[in-house]
Amino acid sequence: MPSIPVNTDVPAMSASQPVLTLEGLTVRFATPGGALTAVEGLSLSVAPGECLGVVGESGAGKSQAFLAVMGLLAANGRASGSARFAGTELIGLGSAALDAVRGARIGMVFQDPMSSLTPHLTVGDQIAEVMMRHLHLPRAAARGRALELLERVQLTDPARRMRQYPHELSGGMRQRAGIAIALACGPQLLIADEPTTALDVTVQAQILALLAGLKRERSMAMVLITHDMGVVAGVADRVAVMRAGRLVEAAAVAGILKSPRDPYTRELVRVAAPPVRGADVAAAVPGSTALAVSGLSVEFPVSRGWPRSPARLTALRGVGFELGAGESLGVVGESGGGKSTLARAVLALLSPSAGEVVWMGRELLSLGSAELRRLRGELQIVFQDPLGSLDPRMTVSEIVGEPLLVHRPGLSPPDRMETIAAMLRRVDLGAELSGRYPHELSGGQCQRVGIARAMILEPRLLVCDEPLSALDGPTQREILALLEGLRRDSKMSLLFISHDLAVVRRLCERVLVLYLGTMMELARSESLYSRPRHPYACELLDAVPVADPDVQPARLREARPGEPPSPLAPPSGCVYRSRCPHALAICAERVPEWEESGGGDRVACHRWRELV
Amino acid sequence: MAEAAAGRGLWRDAGRRLRANRGARVALALLGSVTLLAVLAPAASPWAFDSLDWRHLAEPPGLTAAHWFGTDRLGRDLFVRTLHGVRLSLLISLLASAISVGIGLAWGALAGFAGGRTEEAMMRFVDVLYSLPYLFIVIILSTVLGRGSIAVLLLAIAAVGWLTTARIVHGQTLQLKRREFIEAARATGVPTVGILVRHVIPNLAGTVVVYATLTVPQMILFESFLSFLGLGVQEPYASLGNLINAGAQEMESAPWMLLVPAAFLVLLLGCLNLLGDGLRDALDPREH
Repeated sequence: MPSIPVNTDVPAMSASQPVLTLEGLTVRFATPGGALTAVEGLSLSVAPGECLGVVGESGAGKSQAFLAVMGLLAANGRASGSARFAGTELIGLGSAALDAVRGARIGMVFQDPMSSLTPHLTVGDQIAEVMMRHLHLPRAAARGRALELLERVQLTDPARRMRQYPHELSGGMRQRAGIAIALACGPQLLIADEPTTALDVTVQAQILALLAGLKRERSMAMVLITHDMGVVAGVADRVAVMRAGRLVEAAAVAGILKSPRDPYTRELVRVAAPPVRGADVAAAVPGSTALAVSGLSVEFPVSRGWPRSPARLTALRGVGFELGAGESLGVVGESGGGKSTLARAVLALLSPSAGEVVWMGRELLSLGSAELRRLRGELQIVFQDPLGSLDPRMTVSEIVGEPLLVHRPGLSPPDRMETIAAMLRRVDLGAELSGRYPHELSGGQCQRVGIARAMILEPRLLVCDEPLSALDGPTQREILALLEGLRRDSKMSLLFISHDLAVVRRLCERVLVLYLGTMMELARSESLYSRPRHPYACELLDAVPVADPDVQPARLREARPGEPPSPLAPPSGCVYRSRCPHALAICAERVPEWEESGGGDRVACHRWRELV
Repeated sequence: MAEAAAGRGLWRDAGRRLRANRGARVALALLGSVTLLAVLAPAASPWAFDSLDWRHLAEPPGLTAAHWFGTDRLGRDLFVRTLHGVRLSLLISLLASAISVGIGLAWGALAGFAGGRTEEAMMRFVDVLYSLPYLFIVIILSTVLGRGSIAVLLLAIAAVGWLTTARIVHGQTLQLKRREFIEAARATGVPTVGILVRHVIPNLAGTVVVYATLTVPQMILFESFLSFLGLGVQEPYASLGNLINAGAQEMESAPWMLLVPAAFLVLLLGCLNLLGDGLRDALDPREH
């Protein structure tokens, strides 16, 4: 390994004693297949008040390194080397001595706040417990401090949240509660392991802004572990890049992002750069309308208790759009916005309470079940969960071949095998995988099988429901390239659902923005990304982290607070008004019209003309 | 490629994995030889299951003796009677298990997959049958159809046994139904029957097979219980149940009368359990 460029150009803080120093930290796991090295010879330091971003793709060992520091490795893991925290060597420390450090002097925030909170204790009790244990505060004082902490992490209505259980909070609220716990004892060091990966982009911006603010006000050292250069750009002072268990380079954030030295860092920065519209997206064939959706509403009965109360959750209200033959439409929005419901309703996999779905002149919802089944060969879907959407007891070729059995029963077995083999080649799966079971494949391979199953009948409409969100960075890019290629070759229409605006921009000619099951804006990609008209579209675009240390901190400072309201009790008038910074009295009174905003684009906002 | 795919498949792979499992192989071999013995030996033996040998009453077992496993108080050959018992017990329990698992699987899977009112109605029917005392059902059945007939016994055992299978399968189906691959099959246009046959039932197979192999010994025990109450197999016919019950009464004076049929029962139950474990592992591709 070439010599590692260490921080030489970092301002004054390196003069003081580091809070955490790792020297030659190595983590190995004993597995049935032999020892596995997750981290090798990692040397790093974190100065007081400094935020160190640790960036790398999955499997880079970044989480394992800091789990080792906290003594939280899995039972088959062993750490060696040195990790000194404020003069104390942590590696090899007994768990009793470690308990005095972790939770009290080092706080940790995890990726999934649900699994790090105890389901049977209220949020208030969990925060208070940490202070009662480490600071020996009496219960009442601890609860008082807990309330202050919840206010500090900007949890809405903190007094009520104190009494709630983790499952009653949204993902963003839970992450705020997790941060409150980590902060409870005033730690010198906060380790945040992918704290925003499971969150919507808008909530991610809020949480990152919160972390940046906390770091400033408490002069607390922070380690921010992430796979996204955009995330570190707004918060970190210094960045360490890891790959396959080793440190690639470490330098000030501006240095890493603007003049990366290592080719690997350069690649990471390149893929994080704000996307430009792909040149090879074919312009929409100005052809006939293939799919016409109008007035589509979906309600789910929400039964609570006994006797069942007839509450209804409106997942979609009055959604309508047209999709031309060969065109691709992106659907974006936060989770709970009704994107997946739309995918299923368009394919008649669930029955809407109102509205029509017309495919090639035929109303799908009024078709008989046999006729609908025949038509399903033209309408296909790729699911979010690559493994879960494949039958665990079927081999790859059985899975890919099933649509042929159903729709082309006359095909002879050799012909069928030949078609399957050809399809597997198209999605770049080796023939040797055809006899494997899904659990023997990687996530990316599973998703390729899912795509092959959807494509084998040459569908004319492909619906992709978050096909990339369960995959890691490089795999996402491979699958995206595959989808682009298939689309170029096959002239099918594409309905692409994603929370990732960059991906949608690359793949889709038009974009539909959904919020609480309601259409906010429908626009051509170039006009949406350059001049969004709806305030919600603006919020979504502003929340996407930009890997530029000059811009990103300012963007984080402007992150808008607010949680999506419960879909059981949406606001009157415009559903977005409770979060909209431009809301007026009229927004609460009347539902905005679905207005033409030029060039075939449409927007639902009372004030879009003044705001542009 | 065609070769690689043809070489695999759920059942083919399961067979291969089962053969690779030493415990299951031994169990299968033992079960096979006991079954073969039970079918062939009584015919080859000079003694019939109900013929009396007045010269050897309650004789202990011995390899050189006229009766290898000894005789009972009436001088009936225990070797022949035990194998007869094995034959009858296996026949009744296998048939009853097959019937109850078959009905329970179809009933539970249909109910779980249909959902709504159909599901409610089907499962409430199971609940109602569950709440009837099963001995009551058996007694009514045998009074109406005639006591001691094997058909009645089968009917009675199966009528009670399928209820539990239906409940287990119903619960498993509800879990499966929510999985994305079932939705994927619907989106492909697979008809409901196809989804049940190709996706739901194979994924239930592991649970059901294990449950079925555990049902067989249960059925053997249930049969012997009914025989003891005079509702099952009647003298002079022998089943493992009534042999053990008869032996238990002579336990102190002629222990072999209990030990011989009991040893066969233990052997059968052990083998069936081992086979069940092997099948469960073999039917789950994730195990390997």
